[in-house]
Amino acid sequence: MHPAFSVLIFTVTSGAGYGLLAWLGAGQLLGFTQAYTVSQQLVIGVMAMLLVSIGLVSSTMHLTNPKNAWRSFSRFRTSWLSREAVFAVLLYPIAGLYAAAIFWQWSSIGVLAGLSMIMALSTLFTTSMIYASLKTIRQWNTPMVPALFMAYALISGGLLFLALSGFFGALSSQLLAVMIGLIMITLALKLVYFFWQGKPQGATIQTATGFSQANVRLLDAGHSAPTFLNREFGYQVAADQLLRLRIAMTLVAFILPLGLVYWVFGGAARVEVLALAWLIMMAGLLLERWLFFAEARHVVRLYQGDQRT
Amino acid sequence: MKLGLVVDLDTCVGCHACATACKQWNTSGTIGPLSDEQPYGKDPSGSWLNRVHSYEVGDSPHSKTVNIPMSCMHCETADCVTVCPTGASYKREEDGIVLIDQDKCMGCNLCSWACPYGAREIDPNSGTMKKCTLCVDRIYDEQLPEAERQPACVLTCPTSSRVFGDFDDPNSEVSRLTRERAGQQLMPELGYNPVNTYLPPRIPKQQDSIAVSPLQGVKQLVNRIINR
Repeated sequence: MHPAFSVLIFTVTSGAGYGLLAWLGAGQLLGFTQAYTVSQQLVIGVMAMLLVSIGLVSSTMHLTNPKNAWRSFSRFRTSWLSREAVFAVLLYPIAGLYAAAIFWQWSSIGVLAGLSMIMALSTLFTTSMIYASLKTIRQWNTPMVPALFMAYALISGGLLFLALSGFFGALSSQLLAVMIGLIMITLALKLVYFFWQGKPQGATIQTATGFSQANVRLLDAGHSAPTFLNREFGYQVAADQLLRLRIAMTLVAFILPLGLVYWVFGGAARVEVLALAWLIMMAGLLLERWLFFAEARHVVRLYQGDQRT
Repeated sequence: MKLGLVVDLDTCVGCHACATACKQWNTSGTIGPLSDEQPYGKDPSGSWLNRVHSYEVGDSPHSKTVNIPMSCMHCETADCVTVCPTGASYKREEDGIVLIDQDKCMGCNLCSWACPYGAREIDPNSGTMKKCTLCVDRIYDEQLPEAERQPACVLTCPTSSRVFGDFDDPNSEVSRLTRERAGQQLMPELGYNPVNTYLPPRIPKQQDSIAVSPLQGVKQLVNRIINR
């Protein structure tokens, strides 16, 4: 799949935003946001919605006919993209009420915090299901995709939550320990995903052409210059380069931030290191999302010369 | 009704006439124009609703060239319709034709991601998705003579490899061909239930050895020796 930059930016930044909001809501429910002042909590909430908004604006950039984008709310009963649009927009008034509850210290703050958390995680789920529901791309059509999207959001949003806590002087070592555990679990999930993805399975050129008993080779794809289908689905990364990128992604998105968080956890480093760790992780997650697209092999490639997906 | 096409892979010669006739008709049809990028340049590209792929099946010297023209299969389980967030993509209840409302499409490409057959292409000019209409603006046009109320690709095919009809009618030609020639769906394992059906190439009949009498056998042997 062609990795459209606007979609990479959208899924990574809005993921971090939803994750941060989920952490803020969880903090309210579990009581660890009591260490923060009202304005500090508001800064975290505004930061979350800012990241979400940057992502959503970026997501509309890949539309080729954006004047009809308002219609995308209409098919929420069948389409995950429509559900995502509905959830993403519904979150704003709920997050706004949550912000008001923080500011005026309403007694219903717990309900609104929980609701914001659930809505943020639900929106994340709808985004991931856009990819996971496609039967045409076996690398995406797996329950691991929503699980991974949730995990990325929780670690990138969580690390930003910790970085902000560091600046506010409200950093707790328990949260750092939780963070270390979450990053390790996410890394393990991603490695499982890579392992599973390497196994050849699914449609082949034989099932695509109906000649199941013979070797089949493409002689002519039927066009002299690349088409929309080639540009959209024909993205190819060299195998050796792929391995290097996977290793780089694992290091930048998981190992390096993990080391930095552990360094802070040990007490040897200043809290500003957490902000650095977050920036490194976001760069790594962008690379991860790029790989997520570049490695996805759509079955239509079988009609353009590939033997298997 | 379940309208669709049967394509005979035995007689298709891969001339691309169906693809060009499709482009010609539909560029001025209900979803037209089908625009192009650099049509007279070095690498002309554009939206087509039908493309012909040529394959080598089997290994040389026993291989065979098979041409597979592909357009929308008008699937019974059309994921391209369910993923569409705007309702632009729809499947008609009365005849099963899958269409795109050009006034509603926002160009998110998701339907083309959901289609396993590459039937949907974005129009570089309008930014909306275009696909085979099964010539819905021909097949119901009562101004046309009845024999011409067929998709442009079917009418133009010089080898009559393409047949249009109703798969719900067990006595229609498409149903009969599918039954008699063991018609197949492409990529059935994905579960889209494509309506368009492909007839596999016929297996050439083995030449029966001609029965010869003993006398003729001796004659043939003598002739062969003399020829040496």
